[in-house]
Amino acid sequence: MKVGKQTYLLDNKVYIQSAYSLAGPYESKGNFRDYFDCVMEDDEWKCKSHEMAEIEMQRFVIGECLSRVNVSPLDCGAIMGGDLINQIVPTSFSARDFHTPFMGLYNACATFGEALSIASTLVNGDFDKIVCCTSSHYATAERQYRYPLELGTQPTPESQWTVTGSGAVLLSKKAGEYPLVKGYTIGRVLDFGLTDPNNMGGAMAPAAANTIITHFKDTGRSPDYYDLIITGDLGRFGRETLHYLCKKEGYELNNLNDCGSMMYCDKQKAGQGGSGAGCCSLVFASYLYKKLVDKSLKKILFVPTGAMLSKDSALQGESIPGIAHAVIIEREDFY
Amino acid sequence: MEDKQYMEYVHANAQKSNHLVTLVWAFIVGGIICCIGQGFGDLFKFALPNWEKSKIAALVSMTMIFLGSFLTGIGVYDKLGAKAGGGSIVPITGFANSVVSPAMEFNKEGIVLGMMAKMFVVAGPIIVAGTVSSVASGIIYYIVGLFQ
Repeated sequence: MKVGKQTYLLDNKVYIQSAYSLAGPYESKGNFRDYFDCVMEDDEWKCKSHEMAEIEMQRFVIGECLSRVNVSPLDCGAIMGGDLINQIVPTSFSARDFHTPFMGLYNACATFGEALSIASTLVNGDFDKIVCCTSSHYATAERQYRYPLELGTQPTPESQWTVTGSGAVLLSKKAGEYPLVKGYTIGRVLDFGLTDPNNMGGAMAPAAANTIITHFKDTGRSPDYYDLIITGDLGRFGRETLHYLCKKEGYELNNLNDCGSMMYCDKQKAGQGGSGAGCCSLVFASYLYKKLVDKSLKKILFVPTGAMLSKDSALQGESIPGIAHAVIIEREDFY
Repeated sequence: MEDKQYMEYVHANAQKSNHLVTLVWAFIVGGIICCIGQGFGDLFKFALPNWEKSKIAALVSMTMIFLGSFLTGIGVYDKLGAKAGGGSIVPITGFANSVVSPAMEFNKEGIVLGMMAKMFVVAGPIIVAGTVSSVASGIIYYIVGLFQ
């Protein structure tokens, strides 16, 4: 059901039946260390290259997410997901090991929000089960967007640390004690002209603010309706900027947090925090899902954010557009 | 909010580098690297008293390039660079690092099209600028020589 300009509330119940998270070695020392289902002991994970490790990560996470609830990949209507690497190789290559239809998506670091939105609509319709999975890897992203790993460069204080990790969720019609996807607000691509590829939080904050404000206008809800409004990978500066932008429009977000800025502890010195397509899916499949299951969180607005840049677009002097999708996730017994 | 207003907000509020700390680190680490080079120079002069000065200088460069490459290979130089910034980029060890690190990174795509093709992605501009400026200074030197 369409509400307002960009918001859709689902008529049928779409359950998040299962979730599985896999974190890299650096992430496993961060703030969420007690919440991950599995931890990689090293970056290459016994693979020949970091790219192959990322393929293996997604394959593993999807497999474990399904086997946890005894669902065969053949029972799923589709696998849906994406990552940051050119031609979304890790996601599409991981899907070749399952005999399941596949849909590859790309919305930079907001891919998980896009996947949840599309998959929940399909499960709301004729699909029975869909797996959503995104991943990112520090080494593969670093090579594609920045410099070789061993090059002695100095990170700027605004920069973020690409999360090594992957998270998968299974959306299903099967009723049970699971959290539900209740709807979503699809975001617009917004560009405020920032050109510094190191300051992605600043580039994404206006898109996140736009999506969140549109969501409140469309639904008529106030920020207090949610226990937690959690963005994807804005970082500390991006989170503050988002808070400031929303306050200017008259929305005080007291329950705002950000997956990226929560990811690492202060002594890890990861700049503004974590980023990457795997950042929000990892946090969602570990910390948020567990909190939703044990009912310490009942209503959340999950807002993955993405900065749509490539190395070439930045070199050609293009500014960095941002995007954000807001997904409403609630506990059923509360509704 | 207008684009321009937002840009101003970001420029005013984004975290900036602490120049004093980074400059001091660059000075200390860069200085130490140069002192090590000088130390090798003195050592070689002492060990090989019959060698010309230019040969000793070449030997020092080779030693420092080896050290930079070796530290890159064992994964130390990037950690040094994260702290020292320009201090570890400017000396010749930094140049070695900028050649060895892509060679290591792209080795997975094969020897010819991976390692050999991509070895100079970082150092390439330095080589081009160095070659062009040496040609330009040679021409100036030649022209100035004509009037003497």
